[in-house]
Amino acid sequence: MSGAEKINAKVSNIIKLNDLVTRFEFERTDGQLFPTFSGGAHTVIELKDGDLTRRNPYSLMSDPMDQDGYSISVRRDDEGRGGSLFLHNNIKIGDDVVLSHPVNLFSLDLRAKKHLMIAGGIGITPFLAQIKQLDRSHGNWELHYSVRNQSLGTYVNDLMAMHPNDVNIYYDDEKNFIDIVNLLDGQPLGTHLYICGPKGMIDWVVNEASKLGWPNETIHYEEFLAPKPGKPFQVKLSASNKVVNVGENESLLEAIEREGVDAPYLCRGGACGQCETSVIEADGEFIHRDHWLEDDDKSSGKKIMPCVSRFDGKTLVLDR
Amino acid sequence: MSTFVFPESIKSRPTYGKLQNKFGKAYLFIADAEGAEAIIELASKDPALMQKAHVVYIPKDTGDQFLKDLNNLNINQLYIGPSYSAAQSRIIQAFEQASMGLQVCLSGTEGLIGQALRDAMAAGIPHTSIQTEHRGSVSRRMQCVHCKGITEDVISDPFVCSHCGLNLFVRDHYSRRLAAFQGVCIDAEDPGNIPDSVELYK
Repeated sequence: MSGAEKINAKVSNIIKLNDLVTRFEFERTDGQLFPTFSGGAHTVIELKDGDLTRRNPYSLMSDPMDQDGYSISVRRDDEGRGGSLFLHNNIKIGDDVVLSHPVNLFSLDLRAKKHLMIAGGIGITPFLAQIKQLDRSHGNWELHYSVRNQSLGTYVNDLMAMHPNDVNIYYDDEKNFIDIVNLLDGQPLGTHLYICGPKGMIDWVVNEASKLGWPNETIHYEEFLAPKPGKPFQVKLSASNKVVNVGENESLLEAIEREGVDAPYLCRGGACGQCETSVIEADGEFIHRDHWLEDDDKSSGKKIMPCVSRFDGKTLVLDR
Repeated sequence: MSTFVFPESIKSRPTYGKLQNKFGKAYLFIADAEGAEAIIELASKDPALMQKAHVVYIPKDTGDQFLKDLNNLNINQLYIGPSYSAAQSRIIQAFEQASMGLQVCLSGTEGLIGQALRDAMAAGIPHTSIQTEHRGSVSRRMQCVHCKGITEDVISDPFVCSHCGLNLFVRDHYSRRLAAFQGVCIDAEDPGNIPDSVELYK
């Protein structure tokens, strides 16, 4: 079976945090303890939606040392492919789910002298676990968290109550923005920078840090891509000798899985590199959307990341 | 020119590049002996960079050969000292006062580069982001794996440990933490059977 090891769990609690964000808490059905994890890890949650198996990655935001339960906080996306809507609308307390073991693609570099965290909106979730981890080890950290307005400030009150000196909140509707250049300028040597939020925010912060001469090794960010819908296309899988039609609202990886082919994956968001697949033959345009392949890999037409990327053309044959 | 191309070796063995003008808020150069040439070369390509630079220079046996040229570079802060240990407290203080965006450039012998790299790493700088350029002698800073004593500027193989007197074989096995290559007793099985000592890379 592909992906990380699986854990059977059920929904133990559902807590609506605001208009957009709901927290889902899970406990194991076998009564065992969950593995501990490291702050920044995510789990892939597997949900049965009729004939469809949805597999969505979410950052674990509970205490990494708490083995009694895992929690995720999910922002409802009315325009996405329905994964978050399905969670919000259909999942009830007591429902069975399958969670993957935690996988961390956004871990703290514990050699850092200081951890500077920049969060935008629902990008706060990995930091909640990281803060709990650093709090336990008396780490030196500081969070700058930008939210749309007071009512959509997910976990703002908790953070401010527990860490009033380390947390800084910025409200968009009050024209309160992170002064990133002055924030980055003058940070002590050995500071590492972590960013999670919308793509525009990540690009902006990474760019400003690079302009100030921060080494790449000290800049960490996580952006999960949800697979975007696109024109249906057909793909031939040469190793399994199958022809698969990829629908408008499913990813290439999901279509491959639907046909019973066990394809490797971990993050399902174009970041980890696990699902990299060789292209045997192609006549058409690749729509590469991942963060994994180098530009020359993308233009070579020899590789594709089926979790987020698509194809538009006559023939596509994959080595799968 | 004082450059030397080291032959390919095991993964543990450090490799060196060439100092480049990477953008930074400030620059800290640490160099010994012919390492001064690497700074002078970089400054000739971008003289303005030296106004943001703190240079710590240990001439060793080059004496005053490069001092005039260094003095002519308009370096913001230039320190010339007798040894790495003499300069170390200044270097550590420079790291403590620095902020992110500092570019660290090390040039000269492997012993100097290794020790400065160790102290920069302890200050929280990822070692892969530190620029290094080897210049001058191919002598090494060696740790005796038996008594743990350090012998500086080892130029022949095998050599006698300056602490315990064992005859040590010069290995390419390197420790970043100790900033030293490992020296292992060469006649442990057959005491007294010691090959003739040869100069490194000759």
